[in-house]
Amino acid sequence: MYRYDQYDQAIVDARVEEFRDQVARRIAGEMTDDQFKPLRLKNGLYLQLHAYMLRVAIPYGTVNSRQLRVLAHIARTYDRGYGHFTTRQNIQFNWIKLEDTPDILAELAKVEMHAIQTSGESIRNISADQFAGAAADEVCDPRPWAELIRQFTTFHPEFSYLPRKFKIGLTASDNDRAAIKLHDVGLQVLRGSDGEFGFRVYVGGGMGRTPFVAHLIRDYLPAASICSYLEAILRVWNRNGRRDNIHKQRIKILVHDLGAEEFTRQVEEEFAAIQPLGDDIPLAEYERIAAYFVPPPFEQDLSDALDLSDPRFAAWVERNVHAHKQPGYAITTISLKPIGGIPGDVSADQIDLLADLAEQYSFDELRPTHAQNVVLPHVRKADLYAIWQQLEAAGLATANLDLISEMIVCPGLDYCSLANARSIPVAQKIAERFADPARQLDVGELKLKISGCINACGHHHVGHIGILGVDRKGTENFQLLLGGSGAEDATLAKIVGPGFTEDGVVDAVERAVEKYREIRQPGERFLDTYRRVGVEPFKEAIYV
Amino acid sequence: MKLLTGNNLTEGYVIWWTGDGWSRHVEEAIDVDDKAEQLAQTEAAACRVNNPYVVEAEPGPNGPVPLHIKERIRATGPTVRPDLLLQPADKSAGSYVI
Repeated sequence: MYRYDQYDQAIVDARVEEFRDQVARRIAGEMTDDQFKPLRLKNGLYLQLHAYMLRVAIPYGTVNSRQLRVLAHIARTYDRGYGHFTTRQNIQFNWIKLEDTPDILAELAKVEMHAIQTSGESIRNISADQFAGAAADEVCDPRPWAELIRQFTTFHPEFSYLPRKFKIGLTASDNDRAAIKLHDVGLQVLRGSDGEFGFRVYVGGGMGRTPFVAHLIRDYLPAASICSYLEAILRVWNRNGRRDNIHKQRIKILVHDLGAEEFTRQVEEEFAAIQPLGDDIPLAEYERIAAYFVPPPFEQDLSDALDLSDPRFAAWVERNVHAHKQPGYAITTISLKPIGGIPGDVSADQIDLLADLAEQYSFDELRPTHAQNVVLPHVRKADLYAIWQQLEAAGLATANLDLISEMIVCPGLDYCSLANARSIPVAQKIAERFADPARQLDVGELKLKISGCINACGHHHVGHIGILGVDRKGTENFQLLLGGSGAEDATLAKIVGPGFTEDGVVDAVERAVEKYREIRQPGERFLDTYRRVGVEPFKEAIYV
Repeated sequence: MKLLTGNNLTEGYVIWWTGDGWSRHVEEAIDVDDKAEQLAQTEAAACRVNNPYVVEAEPGPNGPVPLHIKERIRATGPTVRPDLLLQPADKSAGSYVI
């Protein structure tokens, strides 16, 4: 994985000391909350419902054991013994004291981590396919490009003081595991007809209160021009994007207002002006970065055989283990969605275990996913049983990947100052309702996503089943949506009808699932059946 | 009745105006009535509170109870972590919030 050079380290160290001074001035009463807020947000420090929350960046979702052990230490020493993996592959701590923040950031800097650009109107953590470098279906490891873009955009004037936050997602596979079409910019690395790498560029996707699937604006962009092309996109946004209404300032609104064709025309015009200036990062720099992402020294000629005589291990392998491009190896997804647990939460001890497993079994890499799970990307199949046993002992061996109990869920009103309703209790009740493994397996792939407000951090717009919590005269109410997808066939879910109470929405989900089981055809997932028959049969079942 | 609330400066904990200072316990809050705006300005300017604002409440057996669920959760802690409630493992927290 990428290692800081002296410039990266100097930037991060300087930022820590700058923030230490700002915190001291705030505590001394020399700055008001209004003056301090934009400064703390530039360092990932939010003020949430019960306390300050610190969100730590995990660039393109790649972290090593040394870093994980520092995260566990932070959870144990400065927080209340746990952290929470987010839908941008970051981790956040919910109970941070203001005065401790500079020391925490200093400890992070020692292991090449920071909290820059995890909040505020900035280029947020660039997310990437969690199977990068391991999946058989990718054309290359997309992470060197993510790192190159991260370096180019960080503190670049065109990418600072933006109208709103800006999210970039990256994949190098036709199978979109990074939800790139739900990003401000989605990039797919391709190999062109000349054999060189390039990008397919999508712009204007996003969720929130006004969801859009991104528009394709370039089918093939030579990879060497990616930075100037991104600069052209940002120029068009900075020039035309609204700054008068926070709900209208994301680039998706501009793309919608201008129309994709006109937006594309303006980007291409800017690109034609910028690209000849030679601002693009030289290929040699890409190659310097790519050298950090060379494949690990895989053992050759390993057997693919697995002893599946333990049925619980077999069930876990069936759900949570994916094919690796290297024979004898596997990709292992560790579900952070135990039945009745809090999706994405991990204790300090569990983080330490993840560090041990990554170090011992996966070439020292762990990958948080946008679905709030973590991945051991390079595991020898021969080690799977030993890994599973350790996960099982730590409560991390839930075999439910892509099943109904494996939900994306925002923190909701239990933690978030923006939320209108609690999402976690709904998730827990649904997981408990479908806790029987046989029942979940019979239902099959069903991606359920829950948000506690219209900001959609729980991705409800792209759930096969989505749940949106709203405030109805001071009480929680839950709307049900059906038919969304965040994958390569990205689709926005539609609201079915009137909302429900907390228990009511759990019943409604169950009725929708039972209707699916009744009318599905062989091989159909829930989403396939919904697409075939439309909403009406489900609506009739839900509103009996 | 109206309560003045915010988050404290150093930990961000939820606090309530008691008449002569701030408390983490909503039961100790007083009705700020028409003095809220001036109090909020004074306390924020003195950097003793983050983002002060007024919430509606009603009298309860043990003191004021905020009308909105969000404020009741602020007053108690995350409902999904009984161990992290302001009063850990408080068995009455569930009925208080809902």
